[in-house]
Amino acid sequence: MEFILFISLLALGYGFGRYAENAHFKSIRERERTLLHIPAVATKKADASLQPRETMLVSGSVVVSVDYFKRFIASLRNIVGGRVTSYETLLDRARREAVLRMKQQAANMGASIIFNVKLETASISQGQGDSIGSVEVLAYGTAFID
Amino acid sequence: MLLSNLEVIPGLIISKHLGLVQGSTVRAKHMGRDLMAGLKNIVGGELSGYTELLQESRDEAVLRMQEQAKALGANAVLNIRFSTSSVAAGAAEIFAYGTAVVLRK
Repeated sequence: MEFILFISLLALGYGFGRYAENAHFKSIRERERTLLHIPAVATKKADASLQPRETMLVSGSVVVSVDYFKRFIASLRNIVGGRVTSYETLLDRARREAVLRMKQQAANMGASIIFNVKLETASISQGQGDSIGSVEVLAYGTAFID
Repeated sequence: MLLSNLEVIPGLIISKHLGLVQGSTVRAKHMGRDLMAGLKNIVGGELSGYTELLQESRDEAVLRMQEQAKALGANAVLNIRFSTSSVAAGAAEIFAYGTAVVLRK
């Protein structure tokens, strides 16, 4: 009985997780294209020739969770070591989404560039020992409006 | 009040330095959100309830930092940094800090 539950959870995680991830990556790529006109740079010092009318702190964040199947695969990886691809894509998705949300906020205010972009990742514990249940990614920077 | 995570704003000069200001908040998520998150743990994907919760907390932390800066007589907070840490299972601390300054043209 327990085995059946386990298998069905795995299947559910695999099916929905895969579908959701592909859909998410597709939407990320699309939005990245539409927001290309606002560069987000990690430069600390802004170009002195830029005289913004206004500067504004912009941020974007996302909390994203890994599915049951991937968590299982990752726990297998823990035994043999090596790249945990299932978590790599999770973090990649989260970072790009957070940057996109920050850019969107900047775009809504008519900004032309975002300086000093910082990314921060925090693991939101689910009370399940040391497993990465879900991660929060925050992106923030200073938008120049001119 | 001008908030920025840059050290220098082009076109503005720091005329007075007032030191570090900070704001923090510890938030716990409520049961309903936790339940949904439990479901999402199986199928994966964004936990929008948590995203919202953390966003609200961050706004609160920034507000507290801003109040502190205002009390010092600052008109801007520069070099702002954020940090998140989970204090206990179910609660997260959001911390914002920066340097309070007086800016002029």
